[in-house]
Amino acid sequence: MFKKILSICLAVVMIASLCAVMTSCGETKDDFKLGVILLHDEASTYDLNFIEAVERAKTELGLTEDQVIYKKGIPESNACYEAAVELVGMGCDIIFADSFGHEEFMLKAAKEFTDVEFCHATGTMAHTEKLDNFHNAFASIYEGRFLAGVAAGLKINEMINSGKITADKAKMGYVGAHPYAEVISGYTSFYLGAKSVCPTVTMDVQFTGSWYDEIKEKDAATALINNGCILISQHADSMGAPTVCEEKNVPNVSYNGSTVASCPNTFIVSSKIDWTPYFVYIYNQFTKGEAIAADWTGTIATGSVVLSEVNTKAAAAGTVEKLDEVKAKLTAGELHVFDASTFTIGGNAVTSYKADVDTDSAFTPDTEVIEGGVFYESKFRSAPYFDARIDGITCLN
Amino acid sequence: MKNRKFELPFHIVKRDTMPLWKSLAVRVAAIVISLLLCSVLSVLLINKSPLVFFETMFKAVFSRDILIWQFAKDTAVLLCIALAITPAFRMRFWNIGAEGQTLIGALAAVTVAFYLGESLPNGILLIVMFAAAVLAGGLWGFLPAVFKAKWNANETLFTLMMNYVAMELVNFCISVWVQSGSGVLTPLSVGHLPTVLNSYFLLIAIVLVITVIIHIYLRQTKQGYEISVVGESENTARYVGIEVNKVIIRTMIISGAICGIAGFLIVGALDHTVSAESTVGGLGFIAIMVSWLAKFNPLAMIGTSAFITFLRRGTKNLAIRAAFPDIVVGTVLFFIIGCEFFINYKIKFRKANTTDKGGKA
Repeated sequence: MFKKILSICLAVVMIASLCAVMTSCGETKDDFKLGVILLHDEASTYDLNFIEAVERAKTELGLTEDQVIYKKGIPESNACYEAAVELVGMGCDIIFADSFGHEEFMLKAAKEFTDVEFCHATGTMAHTEKLDNFHNAFASIYEGRFLAGVAAGLKINEMINSGKITADKAKMGYVGAHPYAEVISGYTSFYLGAKSVCPTVTMDVQFTGSWYDEIKEKDAATALINNGCILISQHADSMGAPTVCEEKNVPNVSYNGSTVASCPNTFIVSSKIDWTPYFVYIYNQFTKGEAIAADWTGTIATGSVVLSEVNTKAAAAGTVEKLDEVKAKLTAGELHVFDASTFTIGGNAVTSYKADVDTDSAFTPDTEVIEGGVFYESKFRSAPYFDARIDGITCLN
Repeated sequence: MKNRKFELPFHIVKRDTMPLWKSLAVRVAAIVISLLLCSVLSVLLINKSPLVFFETMFKAVFSRDILIWQFAKDTAVLLCIALAITPAFRMRFWNIGAEGQTLIGALAAVTVAFYLGESLPNGILLIVMFAAAVLAGGLWGFLPAVFKAKWNANETLFTLMMNYVAMELVNFCISVWVQSGSGVLTPLSVGHLPTVLNSYFLLIAIVLVITVIIHIYLRQTKQGYEISVVGESENTARYVGIEVNKVIIRTMIISGAICGIAGFLIVGALDHTVSAESTVGGLGFIAIMVSWLAKFNPLAMIGTSAFITFLRRGTKNLAIRAAFPDIVVGTVLFFIIGCEFFINYKIKFRKANTTDKGGKA
């Protein structure tokens, strides 16, 4: 009898959910298709972040399974162009690629297929190429990193106050992928966040030269810890650094999503870009027949820059409240991450800085980016261009 | 005390040579079973009927002209690298450095285009790029061969390490060239191979010519014969007056040089840039299986490289993890290698307390 009831219940649920799916189909543009080109797959926190955003947007917009086509593990070579061509052939209206090195190959496809929209995350060339169907997007993640840095600074203050370390031993470590603007802007904002609450803090940065190399990331984190770093953060895509931190019981500030499940004792907080608003945006623009911005920057306000839950087990007391306070100041524009009065370069105050905003093969600095004492990141193009080496941060390699 | 000997309930005996049709049937059966297994695996992973697996595979490879061209192009690149390692393998010189030899060829071609692209006309630039790639690949083959010939250094480890040297050299060059530090060299606008029909045809045609040349070289020339003799037995080779060291070094230079050509073709026709991770992307290792499956026969390699490329391209679109194509290729290869055992040996089960003599009354 019980089995019978159960099976009836199950049947009802299945029919109901089928109806739900069918009705939601009816509301969307049925023939819309999105193609997503990913450098790696779910194993990389970076790509997983994109997959999760696409899935959230899919649910939000009521898209069906076959309206989104993923291409996983696409290298930064002609294979990216070929994947784009294949997606065009499969009827995609918008094709999105997630890795910096995909850009030229996406551009090649965009020039060939002018009736398809090509969107590229982290790229730098849309605002100078001026194609109608090629777009860059990024988010003001430096604001998220600054907040994550505040959480790190509070943790270090706690360690100083409890007598675990002295103020002059307050050194953080940072595992970075490649030494270019995207990473430099990230670690600098993280450092400035920490410094805003803990003035004596310094930081060592170790680069791995790869976006995803678990062994190198582990080695780098281990080396930093052995060098006296008492807190680690990273901008590379494997679980290498957080894993080492959990093993050695060193606090970790993560990126691209919470790592609390694997690191329950050391994970403090994580900042990430939530790409969902962007996917919703490009879908809406496309279905309305309106142009997609050549260079789109998501912010805290658009919901593109988010922090994970704070892990109270590892974070200092009062972290949540402090983060809310700083976040409100950032959103209101009372506080600027790259306020030039908060850092020096080579011992000198910074009043002017030319950044390489328009990409050229010689990497010529071309645009003045300091206005009224503030270095304006992501204002002249979405992808970061803060590449100054400020005092207090030591690059080990 | 009396030792009681443990006996397995079966033993393994070498077979007489199996008739060709029978051994082929075993191999085909192995492939079919392995593919069925992979389709079952796909059912577990994506929860769709096993037919979807085969349908997606064929669709992904053959459903449109451009896909067929890409399939032919991927086959040609893999074939070119497989051809390169074949002379060495026929000599029983286990060159697993094709990855690095191809990459260093690609790096050499990009270096030439990077520094001389502005000053040379495209035709001459391409010739210089080609020459540089052949020299660089040849050098990457020459070094392990010299160490093997002079000091009997282990060629497997040596060629493997040369892969990493090539990769780090690529990373080093990119860090010098790309001052922004992004680690990505923007594709160059110079040094592109001319487009004939489409951007793939010329590459495919060149590889086919190389296939024929290697086939003739190995089968019809004195040097090709020397390679076979050295492979069979170095002592025999010495006895009949072949200079073994010379053959080893010469063959490895050829091996590396053809890898260099593959690198040149990847740069000139496809990528126009170089990257330690993306340019060769493991093809140097897959090529070993292509060559082995074809029993080191260049013409048969057209078939084996097409087969492996079909598996890799076909399984890319199943919306499973990026590693799935590798899992499929690995599974199929496992069955093919496994079935060789059953072609060469048979298992005889013992009856209790009787010695099986294999004869019939």
